[in-house]
Amino acid sequence: MANILVYTETTQSKPKLVTLEILGKLSGHTVEVASFDELGDEATKQLAEYGASKIHALKGASLEQYSPEGYANALNDFIKSQNYDYVFAGSTSLAKDLMPRLAGMFDAGMASEVTNFVMDGDSFSGTRPMFAGKCMAKVEVTGPKPHFVTVRPNALGMPESPTSASGEVNQQEVQAGEIRAAVKEIIKGASERLDLTEANIIVSGGRAMKDSENFKILEDMANVIGATVGASRAAVDSGYAPHAMQVGQTGKTVAPSLYIACGISGAIQHLAGMRTSKVIVAINTDPDAPIFTKADYGIVGDLFQIVPIMTEEFKKLV
Amino acid sequence: MNIFVCIKQVPDTETKVTPNADKSYIETNSIKWIMNPYDEFAVEQALQLKASESGSSVTVVRVGGVKDTEALRTAMAMGADDSILVEGPDHLDSYMTAKALKGAIEKSGKKPDLIFAGKQAIDSDSLQVPQLLAQMLNLPSVSVVVGFESEGGQLKLKREIEGGAVEVYEVNAPCVVSCNKGLNTPRYASLPGIMKAKKKPMEKYSLDDVGVSDDDQRVKYSDFQLPPEKPAGKKFDAMDEADQQKVVSEVVNLLRTEAKII
Repeated sequence: MANILVYTETTQSKPKLVTLEILGKLSGHTVEVASFDELGDEATKQLAEYGASKIHALKGASLEQYSPEGYANALNDFIKSQNYDYVFAGSTSLAKDLMPRLAGMFDAGMASEVTNFVMDGDSFSGTRPMFAGKCMAKVEVTGPKPHFVTVRPNALGMPESPTSASGEVNQQEVQAGEIRAAVKEIIKGASERLDLTEANIIVSGGRAMKDSENFKILEDMANVIGATVGASRAAVDSGYAPHAMQVGQTGKTVAPSLYIACGISGAIQHLAGMRTSKVIVAINTDPDAPIFTKADYGIVGDLFQIVPIMTEEFKKLV
Repeated sequence: MNIFVCIKQVPDTETKVTPNADKSYIETNSIKWIMNPYDEFAVEQALQLKASESGSSVTVVRVGGVKDTEALRTAMAMGADDSILVEGPDHLDSYMTAKALKGAIEKSGKKPDLIFAGKQAIDSDSLQVPQLLAQMLNLPSVSVVVGFESEGGQLKLKREIEGGAVEVYEVNAPCVVSCNKGLNTPRYASLPGIMKAKKKPMEKYSLDDVGVSDDDQRVKYSDFQLPPEKPAGKKFDAMDEADQQKVVSEVVNLLRTEAKII
């Protein structure tokens, strides 16, 4: 069995769901969790429920705010004092930035954004998309340990019956070391909702939206079903939505349970960003739009009429 | 300033991808190769910085196959001064790539002030090389940059994070910067630029020259497969106003009872 560390972040004081997905998948191994974020009783209880044997609450000067060097230096010191075979993390914005630098400190390899994996004894093998999801490949890490792995949110799924562990909390003093690139300010995004990459339901608009104002009907639907709103590249390039909302090969890759594509034709590059959605609903006036070949439920119709009707139907259910 | 840009040559986004015969990679025979789209923003930002810092030069570096060196010529046609090609397979893992780039930059004899790269390559989507390279060179790095300001090497960089939020970094050069869409609008190579690029220097090194060997491999890929095909879905016609309510009710009902998703 392997000794494993799962690096964790919190969203609104709760561990990010991807951490719980990873813990569930690693059931049976000795798994510890580490975080720089504030972990209250509820959070530590939940981490224990999902299998964390120890929870290291990392604290130190200059570590209240993320910086790539500060967090990497601190984690480097902590990991060196332990004996982990693997370090896992959800493939979040922060982990994508931090983990490669941290792996580099150990001259170690990293498997990025796997969508599934098997931990057989102390041997890891993962599956990951390549070429924007146009094919899948098996990935293994070789060379010095620990080996690093990041996991795409929403890909593993939540464990049905997690195995709990002791969840013993350890307050760990760590050093940030020298920080040359520091965050001076954070400018909040327009959206209060979950980021597209973590959202469970996404409602997306394409070029047929015709105007940024028209996205309001998607926002209305999103409010009812708790979704995040996305956009195709065509909509972004036409100025109807900011780039942060773009789903696709040169935007974000998403893996929600439900993806509702409104007025999106379904170009290869868009499909690359959302093809692993569990259920896809497409609304388009063109019956030959490529999106219909990937949709579980396709509606040939005018989104400006269909979307409000659908929102009303959703209201009846919720 | 000595400005470097790390670029990668990748299959065009329209390319149909099929696993090769022994599933060790994809079939590369009929691929159209392009400069990694995110690297275009890196080249553009390097050129803008060069214009604002007199006496600066832009060197483009690529690790990859010899048969296609178009991406380097394109970058030089856009305005980069010279280039370095480290000859090797197009798909080395991130660790080997970063180590090769480090070796090439060190061999150039120019101490880097800024190193630009695209935030990720659209073939491997690993998002490791820029941060790994910075660690290997003992430099700070800021990734996914959507805003860049430089006052004589004092940098103010905007990094895009979840939810469209932005972290504003202050850092002094030297620094590695990985670029995201939205940072700038890459210029087209002009015809005179393309002609000039043919004569600009392209230094060539082997992996051995830059200190990289097979022992540096850290990630192994195998068993390339097409993703599982979804079974065909249900399609409903709601172009007629009379059908709209019925169709939507049915789909929402299926989402609840069949897909069990709402």
